[in-house]
Amino acid sequence: MGIISDIGRYLLMLKGMFSRPENGKMYWKEFMHQCSDIGVGSLGIVAIISVFIGAVSTVQTAYQLITPLIPKSTIAVIVRDTVILEFAPTLTCIVLAGVVGSKIASELGNMRVSEQIDALEIMGINTKTYLIMPKIAAGLLTIPMLIAIAMALGIWGGRLAANMANIVSPEEFDKGLHEGFLPYNVFFALAKSYTFAFIICSIPAFFGFYVKGGSLEIGRASTKAVVISCIMILFADYILSALLL
Amino acid sequence: MIEVKNIRKSFGEKIVINDVSAAMKSGQCNLIIGSSGSGKTVLMKCMVGLFAPDKGEILYDGANFVEMTGEQRTNIRKEIGMLFQGSALFDSLTVQQNVMFPLDMFTKDTTREKLKRVNEVLDRVNLVDTNKKFPSELSGGMKKRVALARAIVLNPKYLFCDEPNSGLDPQTSLVIDKLIREITIEYNICTVVNTHDMNSVMEIGNYILYMYQGNKEWEGTNKEIIFSKNQRLNEFIFASEFLKDAKEMRMLEETGKMPPGNN
Ligand SMILES: Nc1ncnc2c1ncn2[C@@H]1O[C@H](COP(=O)(O)OP(=O)(O)O)[C@@H](O)[C@H]1O
Ligand SMILES: [Mg+2]
Repeated sequence: MGIISDIGRYLLMLKGMFSRPENGKMYWKEFMHQCSDIGVGSLGIVAIISVFIGAVSTVQTAYQLITPLIPKSTIAVIVRDTVILEFAPTLTCIVLAGVVGSKIASELGNMRVSEQIDALEIMGINTKTYLIMPKIAAGLLTIPMLIAIAMALGIWGGRLAANMANIVSPEEFDKGLHEGFLPYNVFFALAKSYTFAFIICSIPAFFGFYVKGGSLEIGRASTKAVVISCIMILFADYILSALLL
Repeated sequence: MIEVKNIRKSFGEKIVINDVSAAMKSGQCNLIIGSSGSGKTVLMKCMVGLFAPDKGEILYDGANFVEMTGEQRTNIRKEIGMLFQGSALFDSLTVQQNVMFPLDMFTKDTTREKLKRVNEVLDRVNLVDTNKKFPSELSGGMKKRVALARAIVLNPKYLFCDEPNSGLDPQTSLVIDKLIREITIEYNICTVVNTHDMNSVMEIGNYILYMYQGNKEWEGTNKEIIFSKNQRLNEFIFASEFLKDAKEMRMLEETGKMPPGNN
């Protein structure tokens, strides 16, 4: 029962978000602010994890491909495809659910508990539009960009690891990268990243926006927001894979 | 002028406001008093529409706020300023940005005009050299004053203050009370103040509504309140022995004899 009413309120929140901004300039300012917070703010962590993920998948693929019948460049093919299809979008978004999601939930939760949301409401501002819309829009713009960067850095990390551990030479790796490349995979990864971006921003916004009680509740709400976002990401990952692949 | 008619509000089974009516005039301070948990904040939040009352009407100069469309409400809201119990300043903005926020949102003035207005109101609440500070760097009394400045920056017709002096020392409280009264008279605002502070009641209470467990128990002015015969109100007002003594002295002066029931 609780879940159903939560879903209902979540959908109502999304619907309430669509209203005419009171002042376009202020909304633009808030949007740019969120882009820098969500996008630029997470660039470092995304870069680090994607390089390592690429490196690890190279080493592990090489470990599993022991037969000399398969050419070494196949390792590059496998690394390329797993990074693009799964690791860059899904793993990055799981990490972003922690980084961005908890930030959104606690920021809105704090504003709710300290009556800042009420203060905006009294001024005659549509708080759902002003506080939630720019976050979701910024997420939809910057998170797919972060994932594109993660793809490139992941493959680069794999190439680096292959070279350093003398698994595959850079020339052979590059040859593998060009073998049977499907642009559809990139499209699929982007479809995933838009979906995940929406989840990462809207679910924590819901939990933060409707916090009741005191500061203890803010912590609880952001934990819950991260957990549910992660579950929803994995669930959406499965659904999209079943539908699109 | 704000009229509250037969407002009722409950949370689940619990009735928090029970059939309360009041008429609050412009150009004066209208006080809602009562002990903690008597429903002052809930009543005020019903008046500004943060809570939807179960039944009853809230009339802003004759227009029923409860039945308004979103757009009509927004128009009334632009004429409302509110000072929250915890100040509710935006943490991420400086004092100047906080006070300028309503101007940024709702006016097309140039930055210079806005800055001029901001400095005017900050001056009005006796804050100087705080423009660049963040709320976390201010004391409780200063936060209240910044919040008051933000509430009045758009020249509201209606001003709501929820416990403007809770958590402040008596001197700072008095400063805030006086400010609220001066601003009310100066701009002919309809001001509504929640308080349980008797000093404020005596200082600024042009109209007083006494709430007891969600009911309107008494209404009147600060001239009438200390002569009230209402048992519960008396217990609330004369919670301190000193005030009780003061009342007895005054009764003695007026009538020449001690009030009955005391010895
Ligand atoms: N959001 C809410 N949900 C449930 N009960 C509430 C809520 N807000 C206030 N109450 C209850 O309403 C009563 C009146 O509270 P309030 O108006 O805050 O008192 P005060 O006069 O101290 O401002 C209290 O018993 C409180 O528990
Ligand atoms: Mg209160």
